[in-house]
Amino acid sequence: MATTTLRPATDDLPKTPRDLLPVLIAPVLALAALPLIGSPTTWVTLTVAALAMGMMIFVIASGLTLIFGLMDVLNFGHGAFIAIGAYMAMTVLAPLSGWVQSDALSLNLAALLLAVIAAMIGTGVLGWAFERVIVRPVYGQHLKQILITMGGLIVAEQLIHVVWGGDQKPMPLPGGLRGAITIGDFALEKFRLLAVAVGLTVFIVMQLVLNRTKVGLLIRAGVENREMVEALGYRIRQLFVGVFIAGSALAGLGGTMWALYRETLTAAIGGDVMVLVFIVIIIGGLGSVGGCFLGAILVALMANYTGFLAPKIAVASNILLMVAILMWRPQGLYPVARR
Amino acid sequence: MIQSALSGDMPRSRILSLLLLAIFLVLAFAPFLFSGSQPINTAAKICIFIVLVASYDLLLGYTGIVSFAHTMFFGIGGYGVGLALYGWGPTWTSAGLGLAIALVVGAVLAFVIGLLSLRVRAIFYAMITLAVASAFAILASQLSEYTGGEDGRSFRVPQLLRPGTVLFDLPALGLRIDGRILSYYLVFFSALLLLLAALRIVNSPFGRVLQAIRENDFRAEALGYNVVYYRTVANCLAAGMAVLAGAMSAIWVRYTGPDTTLSFAIMLDILLMVVIGGMGTLYGAVIGATLFILAQNYLQKLMAVASEATSALPLVPHLLHPDRWLLWLGVLFILSVYFFPSGIVGKLREMERGR
Repeated sequence: MATTTLRPATDDLPKTPRDLLPVLIAPVLALAALPLIGSPTTWVTLTVAALAMGMMIFVIASGLTLIFGLMDVLNFGHGAFIAIGAYMAMTVLAPLSGWVQSDALSLNLAALLLAVIAAMIGTGVLGWAFERVIVRPVYGQHLKQILITMGGLIVAEQLIHVVWGGDQKPMPLPGGLRGAITIGDFALEKFRLLAVAVGLTVFIVMQLVLNRTKVGLLIRAGVENREMVEALGYRIRQLFVGVFIAGSALAGLGGTMWALYRETLTAAIGGDVMVLVFIVIIIGGLGSVGGCFLGAILVALMANYTGFLAPKIAVASNILLMVAILMWRPQGLYPVARR
Repeated sequence: MIQSALSGDMPRSRILSLLLLAIFLVLAFAPFLFSGSQPINTAAKICIFIVLVASYDLLLGYTGIVSFAHTMFFGIGGYGVGLALYGWGPTWTSAGLGLAIALVVGAVLAFVIGLLSLRVRAIFYAMITLAVASAFAILASQLSEYTGGEDGRSFRVPQLLRPGTVLFDLPALGLRIDGRILSYYLVFFSALLLLLAALRIVNSPFGRVLQAIRENDFRAEALGYNVVYYRTVANCLAAGMAVLAGAMSAIWVRYTGPDTTLSFAIMLDILLMVVIGGMGTLYGAVIGATLFILAQNYLQKLMAVASEATSALPLVPHLLHPDRWLLWLGVLFILSVYFFPSGIVGKLREMERGR
């Protein structure tokens, strides 16, 4: 028999060692790209653009990965929420065009805030309905989930055509957010800075909620072991509905930002982003918010650098990145629950 | 004889048998039954999609793998034959060589993707194939000096298959047997052979193992079957068959481009065809593909009429607008996943058993 050593009561529990190796990839990638690109000003512009894009992808992907982590549901219809959020924001911004056109930043931001709130509420409600009607009957059946959420995506995309029409819509950026701030030689586009700020805020709020509140504790526990949380008397179903709504609302927020970033809007807007979102989730490890954040930055850096260096293979480069990371860690950078 | 041609997998429903027989007869005699190019184009498209959907059913219905990269293999077949005919001249040698290259590329790609992701889990595979397929589609339109980009490539087929080639006349039927009809029968008989081959595969011991994996992969593994091996082989087989379907399509349309072979819309079409027809039976692929393509060509006309008739009402005419036909098929798709997951074929067989 092994003898157990008694610890003094004052000692803390042994902590799981922090796994910081994946965090190093992003700066290494950025630094490796510097000599290839040559000019530092271009490099800074590209890196900031990448961070902005990464934050938008993160906002969209975080909801999806959390939904997957908690309830083992991968919503292929997530792209529909991106598009619907963007369309709702557009609908709200249309009558506010006076505020949008004005050069006063406060009016611009107020209009955007209203649009974003409308988009988030709209997609949140839709998410609730989607969970009820589409997803609920097929819990635990992966094959049917993939099929049915795909079906939901088809129907939602067609309904966008019915409601808003199929032609490409303009999504003008507010006057105060156009242009760039120049610091020395470096030009930083204002909207990109705003996107970075929003993304970071979402990430920090999400980390705080997950790590510092009781709801967050329950969500994390649910990701680890759903049955145990249920056995302790918590209604994980309601928790899940809440996460689904929040995830859908985040997709609406991300969709609004993405549409403003591209300044145009079509019903297929969700499909274009979803490919990147899936790559991000796979790279990050299904269900991991931190991994998702890191994955989004990596994918965006890769997309922007290769978009500059070799535009024709920009998308393929992200596939290569994914393959490389899966060779290293087959479950993604930060694997969460194995189910 | 029919029994052995179908590998013992009979339709097992009177209505289904009649439907299949009707589809077979109409497709077999399409050039004699209809005049004009539209119906025969539809018939050829049905033949091509029957093969494509059957190969997808091999994955989704029999092995329980959801792949979104099936159009990629379809496109590899189309581009393989198309670019070979375009670049090396319209001879049978270049078509054959192009097809051989496409088959090898498709099989290797399927093997690599399978190796990377099939050992992990179904959902991973679905996501990875989605990403890879869309990257492939973008790559194909970006590398325009080789692939013709968004415009694709139009090319000439071997002499024998050209519309100008007249073999002989059939004055009794008022029909001239030309290269176009010959290409139709090339497509038709390839489709028939491939479908029978697929039936042979799924009713072999190998096919039974695939179904066991679909039902319970853990148990199949415990019984001593190497699940990853079987899944990978099924993946490569399905990919190969999709490549052949792509080659058939290229020969028939004499054009290869991203919209006709690689687009995600086609992937969704395949998915709808498999599920509506019936997953896990190849007859479902036949029924699904036929119904879907008929709907694609003729439902729209019907909807145009309905949209006209309701133009006084709000919103309804928009819902019935001919471009919204996919909306209704999407709703049908969701309903069929819920209420009859075995599709039309499963429903027909159930009715037969109930009697």
